[in-house]
Amino acid sequence: MAKRFNIRMAGVGGQGVVTGSHILSTAVINAGGESTIVPFYGSEKRMAPVESYVRVSDEAIYEIGEITFPHIIIIFHPQVITHGKSYTMPFYFGLKDDGIALINNDGPMNLHRDQAAELKQKRAKLYYFPATKISLEVAGMDLATNMALMGCIGAITGLTSMAGLDQAVKDRFLGKGFVVSGGTAALDSVVERKFKKKQELIEKNVAVMRAGWNHAVDKGWAAKDVQRAEEPVAAAAV
Amino acid sequence: MSETEVKTNPQGDPITSVAAPPSAAKKDPHADAKRQKVVTPEYMFHEAPRTKEFITGSEAAKEAVRRSNVDLAIAYPITPQSETMQLVGVLYGEGYVKEYYRGEEEVGVMAAIAGGSRAGVRCYTATAGPGTLRGLEGIASWPGHRLPVVAMFTCRVVNAPLAIQPDNIEVSYLLNCGMIVFHAENQQDMFDFTMAGFTISEHNDVTLPVGVCCDGFFVTHARGYVRMQDRGIKLPPREAWRGAVPVLDAENPPARLSRDAPVQKSNFMAYNIHAVWQQEVWAAVERSRKYINKYLGGLLTAENVEGAEAIIIASGSAAAQSREAVRLCKEKGLNVGLIKVRSLRPFPTQELRQLCGKAKLIVVPEFNYVGWLAKEVATAIYGFSKAKIIGGPRVYGGQSMPVELIVDEVESGLTGKKSTNVAMSQIMGGTVNPDEVAHFMRSI
Repeated sequence: MAKRFNIRMAGVGGQGVVTGSHILSTAVINAGGESTIVPFYGSEKRMAPVESYVRVSDEAIYEIGEITFPHIIIIFHPQVITHGKSYTMPFYFGLKDDGIALINNDGPMNLHRDQAAELKQKRAKLYYFPATKISLEVAGMDLATNMALMGCIGAITGLTSMAGLDQAVKDRFLGKGFVVSGGTAALDSVVERKFKKKQELIEKNVAVMRAGWNHAVDKGWAAKDVQRAEEPVAAAAV
Repeated sequence: MSETEVKTNPQGDPITSVAAPPSAAKKDPHADAKRQKVVTPEYMFHEAPRTKEFITGSEAAKEAVRRSNVDLAIAYPITPQSETMQLVGVLYGEGYVKEYYRGEEEVGVMAAIAGGSRAGVRCYTATAGPGTLRGLEGIASWPGHRLPVVAMFTCRVVNAPLAIQPDNIEVSYLLNCGMIVFHAENQQDMFDFTMAGFTISEHNDVTLPVGVCCDGFFVTHARGYVRMQDRGIKLPPREAWRGAVPVLDAENPPARLSRDAPVQKSNFMAYNIHAVWQQEVWAAVERSRKYINKYLGGLLTAENVEGAEAIIIASGSAAAQSREAVRLCKEKGLNVGLIKVRSLRPFPTQELRQLCGKAKLIVVPEFNYVGWLAKEVATAIYGFSKAKIIGGPRVYGGQSMPVELIVDEVESGLTGKKSTNVAMSQIMGGTVNPDEVAHFMRSI
């Protein structure tokens, strides 16, 4: 049977939801799998709802469009839940039974009791993951929140590797020049100025990703046979 | 900041544009286009080696036009088609398309395309949704004037409330024009149908326009794998003298014909002329079948139909969703077949009668409110199949169809459970309970 995950990502403008989904998708393809993505957002503005849909599989994918019934949902910002900043309400709408909700928050959230009961009925696995905190600790800024989440989900699905993710970050920032929109291109130049050099940007993003990957392994969320990712020797020597 | 000084604009933003590198010799921008070699359609479609690329539907259409020896392309922007004709404009810059301009709106574009085709050159245009309907007056006249053209329709919502998202209701308006209509599932279909479209449309016994439809955004803006021939080869040019009607002689326009046309008078001759004219148009549609079989390998594709418990019949994006539904059904132990209709005009009537003869359940998922494909299917197989036909599930207004909805219809159709998504009035054939239908009709 095919290993297949339909992933719905919800966050707010400026967090890199679409960029994150492109990196995950490229990483799965780099590791020999199949993947497609569909971004979904209104007028581009910071803190407005953004959704992105990623399908990953070890077989050909034909399905198109939005994902209504996901296996996994990733919540990039707690306001998606607390403020309803989402195209999908409640945030877990359509989550399949035994599905996974990976939520960026420092600890368990106080969900409305009806929602908590419904999630329990679906046997949903709620993984609270401090992605922004990890980004601040490892990279010194919150802009790599998406990288932490992508590292974490990479380990949870087991359909890519840290090497595949590493390469995807390089593809995104160095080579193939996939530009999602004018707004994203402008954001790129802001990000680049904050990090002194692109190389540093990539190294820090990958370091955050690795922290996310290892967090998933340590918590026992990772897929079978997924190991902790060690830091490359060269980077450790610096 | 960094080791070298960064140039900034007056607002202080870094200037990131890079000047073109100076070159010693002036390079001919048309050089590659001039080196393209003409090959026969047979070599192009059946023998030429292909390489695989991961591109959008708009890029796939561009690559098809690059290899199709197009003389004239006319653009008018409308979402989600704008990128396609913009990319064709790039081809003009590179010399692959001989003439290209932006029209003033779709009425003018379709009229100008008619003029180009009538003058004997190979024409291409693309539009979408409201643009299709605005241009429909011209489009509906193309077949009667026997104008070979390829037009792409990247479907979007046209009915209120308006949206830019994919909904293929506009296909239903094209079905009765007398043109050939293909419905592309993915980027590969966009490429293949467009190229084959030129060849099919210009055969003497066809001489008709071809409409290549796809569901916008899902195909135009998403990437998929496309296997393409080398860009150094192209189809032979249009040889207008081979067509069924003579090209317009602009030096000696047939002014008398248009001033004193018998078809403008309501009399026996007018009706007679209209009848033979339309009979000939639709006979030409029929005659295109053999070329669709030859260049595209059939009006439909069928997978796992023999011995299946249920058959899903779909076209466009609904076919893509149905492939996944077949996979999910298999995981549940259900043996389900899939028929993808590629050509809507001509419609694969004989093929469906043969394939559906023993079917018990047919599910027709669609991306529009009215269910035009379900009606086509039911009409085609009426009297040749006892299958229960579920005209649904349907999504509209741009919604993506959850694959799970199709699976639900297959399951409820097989178990006799009432569907939660499809109205009783949309269930045809089989052993439908008339009382239930009556009850449903009373309660809506």
